[in-house]
This record gives sequence, structure tokens and C-alpha cells, in this order.
Amino acid sequence: MNASVMASGQRVWGLMYRHLALFRRSWPRLLELAYWPVLQMCIWGFTSSFLATRQGSPAALAGGALIGGVLLWEVSLRSQMGMSITFLEEIWSRNLGHVFVSPLRPFELVAALIGMSAIRMFAGVIPAALLAWALYAFNVFAMGPVILLFFLNLMVMGWAVALAVISLILRHGAGAEALAWSVLFGLTPFAAVFYPVSVLPLPLQWVAFIVPASHVFEGMRAALGGVIAWDQLALAVGMNVLWLAGAAWIFRRQFQVARTRGALMTIGE
Amino acid sequence: MNTISVVHLSKRYGDTLAVDDIGFEVSRGRTLGLLGGNGAGKTTTIAMLLGLLIPTSGSITILGHDMAKDRFAALARMNFSSPYVALPGRLTVEENLRVYAHLYGVRGIDRRIGELAEQLDLGALLNRAAGELSAGQKTRVALAKSLINRPDVLLLDEPTASLDPDTGDLVRSWLERYRAESGCTILLASHNMAEVERLCDEVVMLKQGRVVDRGAPADLLERYGRDDLEQVFLDIARDRALTQEAT
Repeated sequence: MNASVMASGQRVWGLMYRHLALFRRSWPRLLELAYWPVLQMCIWGFTSSFLATRQGSPAALAGGALIGGVLLWEVSLRSQMGMSITFLEEIWSRNLGHVFVSPLRPFELVAALIGMSAIRMFAGVIPAALLAWALYAFNVFAMGPVILLFFLNLMVMGWAVALAVISLILRHGAGAEALAWSVLFGLTPFAAVFYPVSVLPLPLQWVAFIVPASHVFEGMRAALGGVIAWDQLALAVGMNVLWLAGAAWIFRRQFQVARTRGALMTIGE
Repeated sequence: MNTISVVHLSKRYGDTLAVDDIGFEVSRGRTLGLLGGNGAGKTTTIAMLLGLLIPTSGSITILGHDMAKDRFAALARMNFSSPYVALPGRLTVEENLRVYAHLYGVRGIDRRIGELAEQLDLGALLNRAAGELSAGQKTRVALAKSLINRPDVLLLDEPTASLDPDTGDLVRSWLERYRAESGCTILLASHNMAEVERLCDEVVMLKQGRVVDRGAPADLLERYGRDDLEQVFLDIARDRALTQEAT
């Protein structure tokens, strides 16, 4: 393998190791990763069970869509939060100065954040998926291999939003920290997690059209009915490419602005 | 060729000129002291040398690399220590050193950590959380981090601030030894004038972002008619002219 690729991989691993070491010694940190997804699964899973017992098979299908929606939306939420909070950990520990004067390139920083985001997301979503299977007999993998494409698209959307949040933190400092937790929740109405896009008023359907997750959830509902909606998946991929390219451009620009304004020296103060 | 070359360097924030057209060179194996009161422009200059801050104008060349175009090639052979930039407090000392060994592409990480632990007397601290250490211990760990990649250029921002005299002397002795053995070029910002006299071959005095004087410590003492660098510093800080009788 090319020496520069190996060196790049070592730097990415270095930053990931720094965050993994935190989890190795702190069970509350590990618990926190799974806490919210499991709690969500309990609330919405029991709600779905209640609906299914009261109203029969159409409601059972809707219940399945509800549980699937909760589970898959957690993929996006945890991916976005995992990336943003990993970056915030560097700010909170006042370590960013050391990181940015090392040979770690900005794209390697992003790669390490994505790696940690994926680990954090799986640590949260896998227990919730197991709970859905154990308590409600809902097997998310019953949708077939297409579920992997749903997962991937939702993760990429989470990373794009996280990159935009990190850019705002670089621009506005600690004042933008709260966005790390809240920003993706704001997109929930347009992501068609629990209802089809057609339920929305027409202007909002156009907003939903540009949200990659809305196409994933339309695809998920089709998959629960035994149909693979390739057109929806293609739209999700297309929107994700646009979102990721836009977020990467914003990050690159804000990183340069931060270096010009001296924000890398004072961020978090 | 100079290891560090700074030419017509300026940094402006809005209406404030934090660094105003400064220039200096440092050749291999030499130590340059960057002195000045609070707000003189030392930290801004160091941040520009490290690539944390983009200059408004001027150029910086380190180890033959233009920092505006090729900073990562230079950064791999540089390192930095400051008591004002922390290491992750929940990680152990060994984990911290391992993180930075990876970031700087160190080979033989276990061996390098072992060497530094022995040389800086860190053996008993390796498994302790960095956040639980005393100020002196933290400074030794920060120094170990700054030497993890055997740097050719070392930038030190007040490396012995808040240390007791014994630990401060230990750190200074270690820096002298490392420089003699490795030929490392050091840029030191400090308010400890005895330390500057001991470690630096040349001193650049900054005031309000400008270079107001420079020279070897002995030359400055002679020029200002003073016995120690602290008096020279006060003369410059308080605008006492060179010809004015020392009081």
C-alpha cells in the first residue's frame, strides 16, 4: 500500500483511538449511546403493539412501519450526533490546538469523525434493533439486503448535517453547540418517518423531496409491503450526493475562515 | 539555509494590527527567544508559524516548506508545547502519548514512549489520567508529547510557567540536552528572563506587534547597560531610551 495512504490511515486511527479510549474506561458513556434509541423503541414499540391488538392487520402493518421508522431514523440521528459530539469532545477537552498543529489534514479529521460516528451509531441502534426483535418480533433485516442501502443513505445524511453543524461551531463557537443535539429533530416533519410524503401539504412535499431521508422512508414502507422502490433509493442517493457536496464546501470554507479569524485558537472559550 | 524564515509578516484583525511587518530567521540547532509583554504579538506569531492562523501578509518558511502552501510537510517535523493547550484529561498519560505518536506517524511507538518515560521520569505516571496530574507533572507530559516525533523544530510557549524552580530547571536542562543531541531548532516564548538568558542564542523583542530590538542576550545586556535581561525587558516595555541613564 502507498506510504502516504498508510500514514494518512495512521493519523485517522490516532484520532479514533483517542475517542475509543474514552469509552474503554467509562461504562456510563457506553450506556448513554444506547439509552435513547432503546427508550424510543420501548415507547413506540408498545404503542404499535397496542394499535395492532385493537385494530387488526392493517394496523399491524402500520405498527411495523412505525417501529421500522423509529429504528431507521435513529440511524440518521445517531450518525449526526455521533460526529458532532466527537468534534465537541475535542473542544471541551481544550485539545483542538494540539490536533490542528499536528500533520492531521482536515479531511482526515472528518474521516476520523465519520469512523467514530459509525461506531457510536451501531452501539446505539443494534441494542434497539435487538429489543424490537425480542419484544415485538420485528426483524428489521426481514426487509432484505436493501436495508443496508437504507442504513447507508441515512448515515450519509447524518454526516452531511453534522459537517454543517461543525462548520457552524467553527464559525460561531460554543454558541452553536446546541445544534449538535437539535438540528436533525427539526427535519423530522419533512423526513416522512412516520407517514407518507403525500400526507404533507403540497409546498411541504417539495421540502420533503430535497430531504434524502424522505425517500428512504418511502422506500422502507414499500419494502415492508414486499416491493423494492429503486426510484426512491436513487433519489435518496442523488440528494445525499448534493447534501454531502454542499456540506463539504461549507466546512472547507468555514475552516479557512476560522484560520483567518483565529477561531481555532479560541474556539470553546 | 535557515530552518525558520519569517519575512514581512503581518496580521490584522479588523482595525487592530496584532503583528506588524516582523521578520526573523533561525538557523539549525539555534534557539530564538520571542519576548514581549502581554499583547505584544508573541502568541499570534506562534499561531501563524504553526499554521493555526493565516497571515494577512508576509511569508513563513520552515524546514524549506512554504507554510502557506505546504504546511503539513513541515508540521510532521515540528511540534509544540504550551501550558495553555491541554491534553485530554480523561486519557492516561500513555494513551495521550500513543494518540500523538499516531498523529505524527511515529514508528516503534512502544519503544518511543518507553524512551520518553525514562528520560523525563514519567514511568510512574503512564497509567494515570492526565487530568489528575500536578502542574509540574502535566508540563513534563506536555514536553514528552512535544518530543514524541523527535521534532526538528520545537515551538515552546512558556514551557516552564507555573513550575517550581526544581522542575523548571529539570525541563530547561532537558531542553538543552535534547537540542545538543538532535540539532533541533527551538523558538521559545517566555516571560522568564533567566530562562531566556540560559536557553536562547538570540532574542527578538516585540512590542505592540513590532520588532523593537533583537540580538544575543549578552549583546542586549551590553547595549542597555544592564545586568540582567529583565531590566532590558522593562526598559523596552516602559520606553526607556537606550541612552537614558539606568535608574
